[in-house]
Amino acid sequence: MRSSGKRRHDSEVALVSLPKCPTGIHGLDEIALGGLPRGRPTLVCGAAGCGKTLLGMEFLVRGARDFDEPGVCLSFEETAEELAANVASLGFDLGALIARKKLLIDHIYLERSLIEEAGEYNLEGLFVRLGHAVDSIGAKRVLLDSVEALFAGLQDEAVLRSELRRLFRWLKDRGLTAVVTGERGQGTLTRHGLEEYISDCVILLDHHITDTVLTRRLRIVKYRGSTHGTNEYPFLIETDGLSVLPVTSAELTHDASNERVSTGVPALDAMFGGKGYFRGSSVLVSGTAGTGKTSLTAHFVDAACARGERCVFFSFEESADQIVRNMRSIGIDLQRWVDKGLLRFQAARPTTFGLEMHLVKIHRIIQEADPSIVVVDPVTALLQSGAIDETRSMLLRLVDFLKEKQITALMTTLTSGTDAREQTEVQISSLVDAWLLLRDIESGGERNRGIYILKARGIAHSNQIREFLLTDRGVELREVYLGEAGLLTGSARVTQEAKDASDAQLAQLELERKKLLLERKRKALEAQIAAVQLELETEEQEARQLVAQEELKRNKLEQDRGEMARSRSVRRGPSESNGGSSKTRGGRK
Amino acid sequence: MKAASERNGEPTVNWELRLYVAGQTAKSLLAFANLKRICEEHLAGEYRIEVVDLLKNPQLAKGDQILAVPTLVRKLPEPVRKIIGDLSNTERVLVGLDLRPRSLTGGV
Repeated sequence: MRSSGKRRHDSEVALVSLPKCPTGIHGLDEIALGGLPRGRPTLVCGAAGCGKTLLGMEFLVRGARDFDEPGVCLSFEETAEELAANVASLGFDLGALIARKKLLIDHIYLERSLIEEAGEYNLEGLFVRLGHAVDSIGAKRVLLDSVEALFAGLQDEAVLRSELRRLFRWLKDRGLTAVVTGERGQGTLTRHGLEEYISDCVILLDHHITDTVLTRRLRIVKYRGSTHGTNEYPFLIETDGLSVLPVTSAELTHDASNERVSTGVPALDAMFGGKGYFRGSSVLVSGTAGTGKTSLTAHFVDAACARGERCVFFSFEESADQIVRNMRSIGIDLQRWVDKGLLRFQAARPTTFGLEMHLVKIHRIIQEADPSIVVVDPVTALLQSGAIDETRSMLLRLVDFLKEKQITALMTTLTSGTDAREQTEVQISSLVDAWLLLRDIESGGERNRGIYILKARGIAHSNQIREFLLTDRGVELREVYLGEAGLLTGSARVTQEAKDASDAQLAQLELERKKLLLERKRKALEAQIAAVQLELETEEQEARQLVAQEELKRNKLEQDRGEMARSRSVRRGPSESNGGSSKTRGGRK
Repeated sequence: MKAASERNGEPTVNWELRLYVAGQTAKSLLAFANLKRICEEHLAGEYRIEVVDLLKNPQLAKGDQILAVPTLVRKLPEPVRKIIGDLSNTERVLVGLDLRPRSLTGGV
């Protein structure tokens, strides 16, 4: 107590808002809302091999490297050389940091068999060593790994406990931000109950194996004076340190963009009210094997890259080369975008890691690449590596994360069998904004593809099924044939269309024929009319001739009669010469 | 008492002892007194005691892996042995210094 007493005035008394000390570890600072409590010890506990030491070392290394806060490591288990070798794989060069007096590692070695206890003692020696180390490099951070080794080396537990209490008090008084590791005990956080002494912040690391896949998890058990993420967060030990996957938003506060992005297929854009998806929305493309899901995403990516946007394509079934080759067959050249640095492929077998690890990786890559478009093909691959409940929450995190970043995400899911809406899809369908369903339509001994929009939040979308054709010029959408026989696609549609066409032609011909017939009839009638008219004219002419002849005849007669009368009156007298004479003649005869 | 070396007139020093303390506390004074007494009783003329005050020479703590204070380190004869505490338990000190067989003490 004595040595620490004089330092007590240094301690931070009034903590209005708790100052934080950023660890620099991916994701951890987000969960801890800024970092570990500054000037206080944090307990990191967990079973053997779960990454406690690594977390502590990264805390020190990043502090020294990125925050100009030198650190001291009191290692009770490993020597400085061993530690350096262990973290070298993470790209941490401890030797260089030690040489620059940014880091100091003191290996504390206790061998119980070589120590005899004869009377009262305290651990002032430890304080002296730590104090000396801290002062010699002006350390701000301390790692005690693992202080519980003391329990194995010393017999007097009562002394040890009081000394540990004093140690943590001392660390606080010196304003040192410390990470203290402790092995997980049976039913307790640490084997020797360190959590009794360190109550400011406790982080629990855990790992478990499901289906031969190891998943590491991190949980902040408590954080006095600060809110923090309370869930279990998966984390990954990567080539450059730890990576924790935080829940990106507990609240649904992400902005909703009104901007629309083309689907890359004009006919599909038309189905989405003519403009395509909303930017920042999550789109699910589901369908059975070989329905063209990847092709559809390739169109989307192609269009986005053509606009100069960056894309990341996560593939869990095909290698990048394979996708590029396959898409070339439908006339989409993705390689040029890769060459231009706009498109990044990330292909991995889904079984390589657990679901969490995939998502951690996805997070990391998205942070690095900062894309505006992300494709996950297929997202179902991730589902295989976790239970459905877990999967759902993990995907929720992913979707949230993408939305927060205003990244438009296209996720494909593979459905099996005839029922297009599988259990897993239902699980994630509520998370997505738009859902495109590609389905097989089997008829007439063929398998054809149909596409329709199952949902599209906020977009007036087509309710129709279109036939989906993969041509060497890419995806084409066709109106499907809806007739008495139901929905027809493929050659059945073609046949039906041909039949319709010939029917129409026949009807046309019939019409022509009837027209012609009518015309002929009309012409015949006209001819008849002409003939009759001609006849009439002939008759008339004959009639006129007859009349003329009759007249001629009568005139002649009268002329004859007149001549006769004249000739008679010459013999009798001139008074009898007219009319009276004919009467007389007629009367007499 | 800092770095005080106690030498007998004898030319052969078989026992080289180093006592680590942190300041002149009651405990460190007691430890030194106890050590002196035991040495006089059992190793008269054969020993040399060096006292190291860690508050003055903190860097020395590392070399002998000192955590507890006071710690008595038997540098010679080899092997190195450590006895921690104020040395008030004479029996344990003697065992620790290999001046008494371990078996008789009931073991460690």
